[in-house]
Amino acid sequence: MTERITKSMAKNIYYGGGLFALLIFLGLSFDTVQQIPKRSNQINMSESVVAGKALWEKNNCVGCHTLIGEGAYYAPELMNVFQRRGDGHEANFKNYMQGWMAAQPLSEPNRRKMPQFNLNAQEVNSLADFLIWTSKVNANKWPPTIEG
Amino acid sequence: MKYSSQAVAKPYFIFALVLLAGEILFGLLMAVQYLYGDFLFPLIPFNVLRMVHTNLLIVLILFGFMGATYYLIPEEAERELWSPKLAIITFWVFAAAGVATILGYLFVPYATLTELTFNNLLPTMGREFLEQPLPTKVGIVLVVVSYVLNTAMTVLKGRRTVITTVLITGLLGLAVFFLFAFYVPENLIVDKFLWWFTVHLWVEATWELILGAILAFVLIKVTGVDREHIDKWLYLIIAMTMVSGILGTGHHFFYMGAPEYWLWIGSIASAAEPLPFFFMILFAYTMTKERRIEHNNRMALTWAKGTAVMAFLGAGVWGFIHTLAPVNMFTHGTQLTAAHGHLAFYGAYIMIIFTIISYAMPILRGRPYGNSQKAQNLELKAFWMMNIGMLGLTLALTTAGIIQILDQRVGTELIGFMESQASIAGVYTIRAFFGVLVFVGLLTYFASFFVKEKVK
Repeated sequence: MTERITKSMAKNIYYGGGLFALLIFLGLSFDTVQQIPKRSNQINMSESVVAGKALWEKNNCVGCHTLIGEGAYYAPELMNVFQRRGDGHEANFKNYMQGWMAAQPLSEPNRRKMPQFNLNAQEVNSLADFLIWTSKVNANKWPPTIEG
Repeated sequence: MKYSSQAVAKPYFIFALVLLAGEILFGLLMAVQYLYGDFLFPLIPFNVLRMVHTNLLIVLILFGFMGATYYLIPEEAERELWSPKLAIITFWVFAAAGVATILGYLFVPYATLTELTFNNLLPTMGREFLEQPLPTKVGIVLVVVSYVLNTAMTVLKGRRTVITTVLITGLLGLAVFFLFAFYVPENLIVDKFLWWFTVHLWVEATWELILGAILAFVLIKVTGVDREHIDKWLYLIIAMTMVSGILGTGHHFFYMGAPEYWLWIGSIASAAEPLPFFFMILFAYTMTKERRIEHNNRMALTWAKGTAVMAFLGAGVWGFIHTLAPVNMFTHGTQLTAAHGHLAFYGAYIMIIFTIISYAMPILRGRPYGNSQKAQNLELKAFWMMNIGMLGLTLALTTAGIIQILDQRVGTELIGFMESQASIAGVYTIRAFFGVLVFVGLLTYFASFFVKEKVK
């Protein structure tokens, strides 16, 4: 089948097709960046949420956990941990988080271990706020179940 | 070796292989920690092992690309490399920065590392694959700029071919898209969205151009097929790569906070992503059939064909398995992604590096007709051990992913993540054994370098 295609035709398909795809991609990307503030409730992105995200990065949490499906698969998904461990109640979840973070690493032999990050109560609170904010992002109905 | 400056490729190739050994070793350590959580804990927590594993992979591929480029560019441009000295300096800078970064990961807690490396001035750390401290990221930019400059100057002053044009387009794309690594928006969703501009557009667009150029170069050399013919194939393959790969980025935007239209665009475009890889198989096998010369270095051609087949399986088939939005709803964030990632990176990028090394290293070592038969036989054994090992561990991870989905996401009797992982332990054990096979294969490959040549 390639006999009927000449080299210059192939070249034009490459440049034309590539440029076409790139332009559509950039156009849609521009639109997406406009839509994300609403879909992610950016209006609720408090200073504490932003601080929580910085802590998430500083401690490389994504090196073990997934967050909205992206990251490592060593530890549970955390987009819906607010619903799973806090029943969707902020006070319950924050209580849980303070206890959980303080208890690490758990002593159960050969269970996968989470390191002790030595965060203070305010930092754990920010991390919880960040996860609560994340749980409310419109991710097209993902995750499919509470177990993530 | 036609041009003496091609010799600068040698340290790049050797270092890439050394890093590959390290990468696989850390992969094995992770495979053990997956099963025994106390293994190496708290000495090296999982996130550190993984950072070393993935960062070594990225850096070794860059070393491999640079070695390949410095080897093939003088022959393509029909002149000496613009600055062999710059290429050597770049090698040492990159190697030193790479080693320092890995040591930093291993010996300094990550949070402390962020403080020591000015992350508060410009936060860029703590994102998957882009964990490098700011000075390392700046170093990568300098190395890439020097790499692009050296390549472009050589080509501009010499003969221009389709291969060099495609290669330079790929390099420029690699450089431009890395700049997104320096921008971390406060909004997690914008952050994730733009993060893919580096990660996806490297792996599924610009790097594929570099892969295509290297493959075309080796095929011309070992089959003797007319360049015009090869060029046409190369254009067709990368045309399909660009169209499906760029819009295919949409398959990462299904379930992360981006609008619904990506469900359609991502599904349709990325359903076509196996096509260029399928063409790559046709390309390699057709060129082999139409070959004009019988090159004594048969392993180079074996690796070239192997690259096409394994890239098709890993990037094409294993990508397609979970690329349609309704399927991805269930597979997103499971071991299926890991299965695809492992076979795709191996098939496309590690194997193209083996291809160029297998072709070029004998020449760089003064064996223009390839290694001895004995060495090639050993290399063939290594080829099969690594391929079977990678396929085996990919199948194991695929099984793990399916069990994970059935446990956590389908039906009414769901179990939690940790419980599900415990139920997969047997499969993870099998994965680890196949990982060992890959490592033994790599050691066998290394041994093939030391097979004594008969004195002629």
